[in-house]
Amino acid sequence: MFTTNRDAGSPLSWSRPIPESVARMRGAWRGVQDHVPLRRNRVLQKHLATAESVALQSGLPPDALGELLNVALSGKHADAVNTRLLKCLIPASVVPGCSVVSAVSWLCVGKCSSSTELLFLRWLIAMFDFIDHKEQLYALYGFFFFFLQDEKLCPYICHILYLLTRRESVKPFRVRKLLDLQAKMGMQPHLQALLSLYKLFYPALVSITLPAKMKTYFKNSESLWKAAINGVRQRNQRTSPVSQQLILGPTRLQSRKRKWNTQLILPASSSSTSNTTVSKEVSHVDIFSPTESFPLEKLCTFSQLLQNIHCLEFPSRMSSVLRNPLLLHYINCIKDESIYLRLNYWMGQALQEECIWCKVDNQLYEEDFKDFLDTVYKAECFLQEGISSCEEFLYKSLPLWDGSCCRLQVLRLVSWIPLNSFSEVKPYLCEPLAQLFFTSSLYFKCSVLESLKELLQNWLNWHVMQLDMESNSEISPLNTTLSGLVNCVAELIHFVGQLCAVALRLESNATFLLHFILDFYETVCDIYLKYNLPLLVLPPAGVFYPALLSMDSVILNQLCYIIYRYRTNLVAAKESELVKKAILQFKFSSQTYQEYNQYIMVMVGCLWTSSAFQKDIHPQGICLDTEVLEKTRVQEFRNSFNIVYHPALTGYAILFLEQAWPHDKTLDFSLIKGKKWNWYLEYLYTQGLEGLKFFIESSISRVSQTPKAKKGSVHI
Amino acid sequence: MAFLLRKQWALYSVTPLYKFSYANMKEYSRHLSAFVAAEKQKGLAMVVGIDLSIKVIFSTLLGLKGTDRDQAAILVQIASKTQTISGKEEEKVVWSGWFCCVFGDELLENVPEDFICLPLFLANGAETYTAIIGTWFQKTFDCCFSRLTISPLNLAWMAAMWTGYKVDSHAVATELIFSVPCIPQRLDISYAIHPEDAQALWDTVQNTQGEVTQEEVDLFMDCLYSHFHRHFKIHLSATRLVKVSTSIASVHSDGNLKILQSKYLIGVLMLLTELAILQIQ
Repeated sequence: MFTTNRDAGSPLSWSRPIPESVARMRGAWRGVQDHVPLRRNRVLQKHLATAESVALQSGLPPDALGELLNVALSGKHADAVNTRLLKCLIPASVVPGCSVVSAVSWLCVGKCSSSTELLFLRWLIAMFDFIDHKEQLYALYGFFFFFLQDEKLCPYICHILYLLTRRESVKPFRVRKLLDLQAKMGMQPHLQALLSLYKLFYPALVSITLPAKMKTYFKNSESLWKAAINGVRQRNQRTSPVSQQLILGPTRLQSRKRKWNTQLILPASSSSTSNTTVSKEVSHVDIFSPTESFPLEKLCTFSQLLQNIHCLEFPSRMSSVLRNPLLLHYINCIKDESIYLRLNYWMGQALQEECIWCKVDNQLYEEDFKDFLDTVYKAECFLQEGISSCEEFLYKSLPLWDGSCCRLQVLRLVSWIPLNSFSEVKPYLCEPLAQLFFTSSLYFKCSVLESLKELLQNWLNWHVMQLDMESNSEISPLNTTLSGLVNCVAELIHFVGQLCAVALRLESNATFLLHFILDFYETVCDIYLKYNLPLLVLPPAGVFYPALLSMDSVILNQLCYIIYRYRTNLVAAKESELVKKAILQFKFSSQTYQEYNQYIMVMVGCLWTSSAFQKDIHPQGICLDTEVLEKTRVQEFRNSFNIVYHPALTGYAILFLEQAWPHDKTLDFSLIKGKKWNWYLEYLYTQGLEGLKFFIESSISRVSQTPKAKKGSVHI
Repeated sequence: MAFLLRKQWALYSVTPLYKFSYANMKEYSRHLSAFVAAEKQKGLAMVVGIDLSIKVIFSTLLGLKGTDRDQAAILVQIASKTQTISGKEEEKVVWSGWFCCVFGDELLENVPEDFICLPLFLANGAETYTAIIGTWFQKTFDCCFSRLTISPLNLAWMAAMWTGYKVDSHAVATELIFSVPCIPQRLDISYAIHPEDAQALWDTVQNTQGEVTQEEVDLFMDCLYSHFHRHFKIHLSATRLVKVSTSIASVHSDGNLKILQSKYLIGVLMLLTELAILQIQ
């Protein structure tokens, strides 16, 4: 109790380097002689002057404050010194609660004079709002109460008690004490104030009548420090805005005036009161009523939820479930329409009223709205489904969206739009997104593609869950809904394909964009096998060719993997078609197979046979006439475009040559043939080009191995 | 019903109230009185005054329904006791608010029984009381209040429709106020039309009795605009209509209403209920 806790200082006080003067000053105080009259003690005078100047300039950091407070109240020095010290105790950021506690302990010891004690109490009142960790101070309520007996200190003690009183501080013996004091000293305004506060908490305990409105109960104690505090605050405001916030105290949300009906402040879950009050009147009749409902305020753990799930009530405000994962579990289990209606009514209003790009006034509250959208998104992820009022909000507000405010949040919410008829959704979702997409930066395009990929995944996951549920309940899936689903998903994929093709033109085949596009198609290629949905959509030529001819090996690798997966899906579909006796509603059209074959021929031509430019039959392909090829002046153009010469893989070829022929300085790619070709292939595989490996092993059968008749395979 | 007239009402749209019961209105009165008293004292720790003896009264308003499916309107009043000079205690209503639903079929269709749909809320009195009452309702019945703003398009509808209503007693001039954003100060243009002239114009525009179409409203407004233009060379169509006053009622786009005639009260409320429902959905 007698030493200041050095660690109590707020981190912010260290954000600015402590002035050297402060450091010197603190060290100096420890060595100052006691009880030497001030005018003779030059050293002491100097230290005092330093302390005052530092305090008035920028305020004292917390531990310096604590130390000086201790010095002032320890009675080591004369009154004049103590007075000057107390007057210069201006905090830079906070007053540590524990230094106040140790100061109060000095008060109890009584070593300093009563005028110093008085000044300390006035200082405490003035600095009350700057004290952090007030719990320790609340614990000292009794100590302060004891000091009421001292007549001189009584007014200030009353003021401090007024600031510290909470409901639990009001005890009958304290009320009696106050009434006794009043009887002794007469009706003093400060005693009146404290009594009326007690009466507010417990009107039954304080039975005397108190006079009506009184404007001021307490004398103004702040005046001595007010000017200095304002000065320090102003100066600190200029230097570091962060510490300014700490001085002001209240959180951002509270310090701004919000409308009373703002919906963004989510309440804590509490049981509804209206039901309990009504049931009170009938409870005495209904002795055999079922067990009382479990109060929501006590719900903390998952096991509590499981134990009490049969008698849980819903909270009075449904909005409080969004931040409470236990309650989200609960509403997931209970199929009650009114829950969803309540949640949707509230969320619809909240999103509509607080949307910052729909209403000009709301632009101040961007951070709050972002937090809110984040909360909604997290709740949707938890429930693994979209909330309908959120979906409607997106339809209403996307046409007005500028694409930049709350971008991350809005795009994430787009990915939870439930599967509906896509043609209905198109004007509200696709058109605004497409408009923003084509006119925005590369990064926006990639964000949109990512969110559309997640949208697709969520739809597919939902479909899988539906299948599971249907298989459990032994209801055969309706073919009509399945075809509707297939159409929706196909429309989305086509839409994204169009976006991708145009985007690649706009961004000149940027690798970053290609990566996101191929990520999307990595989901698309496995729809049949992974999600059990009979759909296969190939990437458009505008996506395939830029990926095939890209300069980046990662892209090429990814493309190979995707084409390999397409093959696996097509083969599986064909097999099930042949094997299953039942007539399948869906089978992939021959056009799909044709398109796939065209792609695979080009790929093999690019990577293996160097014949891509001659033999590409795709209508949007890279077929070139021989004359044009001759004009390129590439020698042996018939052999010069494969995995050795492809621009994406040239780097690997060079590295391979350096390893295989370390002494040969000329880079002769034609050396890679025959056995070396196989080594080169192995080398590529070890470099992480797994996709390439899958593609070559599945789509290219070599003469040296046993030929396997596969669709689209090429023999060498 | 007379106390509804000639008062300035602030308009709000309210989402359906969950588990509100007409039978428990006495309970609600008691709870709300305690809540109002507690809220009023909060933040006044330095000035602990006398008990303001606030009482909240709940009652139903009969006759403010469109169809039978509409829920009965609810009136909430805050009365405070004051002492008159002669020593008697007098109760004075300091704030009133009422919920109603007139022809709210669109909203009522798919709503389960637990919900009471009263989408329109009108409040008269101090804003602090509105905030307190609204907070209590939001907390207890899980509803949301939001200010009902009225677009110029809807204001034009109201101007046209209310001009069409025949008024027996002394008619007041139809006044339209337009706002023009100007630098440095906003310019407000007030356009007053003699009630008989306005009615005559509307009668010529309207084709079928009892039915109003968008074209008729547009035509009516265009006639007014062109007349104004002929005299003042100002195109009112480029300005924003913010307030409409007729002998029936006057309404401001910020969501303030004053009803002057009780005869067409249902018609006025019907329009406003429709706007409130649009804002909720």
